[in-house]
Amino acid sequence: MTSIAFWGAVELGLVYAFVGIGVYLAFRILDFPDLTVDGSFPLGAGVAAVLITSGVNPWLASLAAMVAGAMAGLVTATLNVRFKILHLLASILTMIALFSVNLRVMGRPNIAIITQETVLTPFYSLGIPDYYVRPAFVGVLVAVAVFLVARFLSSDFGLAMRATGANQRMARANGIDTGVHVYTGMALSNALVGLAGALFAQTNGFADVTSGLGTIVVGLAAVIVGETLLPSRYIALALVGCVLGSVVYRIAVQLALSADVIGLKASDLNLATAVLVTIALVLPRLRGRGSA
Amino acid sequence: MRTLLLGLAAAAAIALPARAETVTVAVTAIVEHPALDACRDGIRDGLAAAGYKDGENLKFIYESAQGNPATAAQIARQFVGEQPAVIVPISTPSAQAVAAATKEIPTIFTAVTDPVAAELVASIDKPGGNVTGLSDMSPLADHLALVKEITPAVKTLGVIYNPGETNSVALVARLKELAPAAGIEVVESTATKSADVQAAARALVGKVEALYVPTDNTVVSALEAIVAVAEQNKLPFYTADTDSVARGAMASIGFNYYDVGKQAAEMVVRVLKGEKPAEMAVEFANGTDLVVNKKAAAAMGVTLPEAVIARASKVVE
Repeated sequence: MTSIAFWGAVELGLVYAFVGIGVYLAFRILDFPDLTVDGSFPLGAGVAAVLITSGVNPWLASLAAMVAGAMAGLVTATLNVRFKILHLLASILTMIALFSVNLRVMGRPNIAIITQETVLTPFYSLGIPDYYVRPAFVGVLVAVAVFLVARFLSSDFGLAMRATGANQRMARANGIDTGVHVYTGMALSNALVGLAGALFAQTNGFADVTSGLGTIVVGLAAVIVGETLLPSRYIALALVGCVLGSVVYRIAVQLALSADVIGLKASDLNLATAVLVTIALVLPRLRGRGSA
Repeated sequence: MRTLLLGLAAAAAIALPARAETVTVAVTAIVEHPALDACRDGIRDGLAAAGYKDGENLKFIYESAQGNPATAAQIARQFVGEQPAVIVPISTPSAQAVAAATKEIPTIFTAVTDPVAAELVASIDKPGGNVTGLSDMSPLADHLALVKEITPAVKTLGVIYNPGETNSVALVARLKELAPAAGIEVVESTATKSADVQAAARALVGKVEALYVPTDNTVVSALEAIVAVAEQNKLPFYTADTDSVARGAMASIGFNYYDVGKQAAEMVVRVLKGEKPAEMAVEFANGTDLVVNKKAAAAMGVTLPEAVIARASKVVE
């Protein structure tokens, strides 16, 4: 693996770390299996790309992408909390609807922003190669997000949200308005995923309606790989684990891409990735058994 | 004797200038499907025909993103790290990912319909950067000429497409620009999913004298629904892709993607010989394969001119 390929994998891992944190919030904190992310990722990318091409400041465009993601999360939460639709089905409904919404938002299936000004443009002129600038920039944003989300989850409101996910009936008996916490958590989760989409579009120069495919899988892989590599009861460390898991997942993909030498074909990529992630999950367990 | 050897060596050096070293060409596609795979094989064979043989003096790398734009971005980084002589992305998202990953390595895209809208090149004639390539824009003028040749009486042409597909929207806009010169009026009918295609075709009955379908994934996947409407109402049915003719359309002029790949390989060879992509105008796929369907023509009330049948590279009976 060359260093450009390695830093490319780290960059993409950091972009998808926002998805990892978002999925962690929904899946682990709220206990809400949320497939909305497959739609909110391209929604964030599309909203950011449309605004950037019409001359809006890229930071504002990224913020708008977060708001759009939050709205998508609120739709899923409303279907579940207000209309009592099963969480999984509620999120599937939002996800499939978002495909049409994304086409409407973008006006066409693919928007290019390669030549446009993005949040990264000012940093490209520092004289440092692009393939270092991008992961460093996204890494700083991820660090800020981890800090803020960790602070949020240890606030009174955040603790109530964790109680909502841990035992909803108990939380309600203790006077917590669980509905409000599901709404907030889902909005926050999908806002982070929308931001991931906006950053993906800006680091890669395009937004495409098909880019949401399998976002939930990547997010879940990040969460679970993170939990295996960095098992912890502390929220902050669990969030760092999501980031780590996301980066490890991308490095696994990169290794799979370089695996042609051992006779694998291009079409074996997904299988090779799955095997590598499995190894990452199983190794610590085997080691643990050895020492016990 | 010595001069003879020297002479031979010099001749060899002239005839085989780049043979001493191996060049690397890295090819990537967004997904594996018959047309894109044929394109990839065309690139490899085209390079071989120009003297760059895989495994001898050429290292031919191929990766598929398996339909995932995030993986396409990773493949782009992987290729940039390996510093090949030329990168060849097949399809728009793959090309955009490569263009975002490198501003230096020469890149020859292919199977991209509108490279200017995709921001891959500044303009068709002067790309300006490290990226140029081959557009698979349909030969729309040839299609209109074919309509005029087989059915000269046609004044209104009904076009069925999906407004959600970038390529189709671009193609229909261009078709509407070209049609008046051929004395044809274009009437649009849209279908956003394959289940709506039959209704879209029916909506055109009585308004148009012939039907046309561009290279639209949604509509082409429901082609048989249009064939039925065309046959019931005796409407000549033309398509932009030649494969649809065997499925019941009447006639088409198009290219096959193997030849598109070979044509792209010629551009790659020019870069390997030292040309700069910034100065190389974007080329368009040459579409010359005329395919007609006699049975469909009869069902649609059309007699195919002998000249057309004689010229056709394939006749479906």
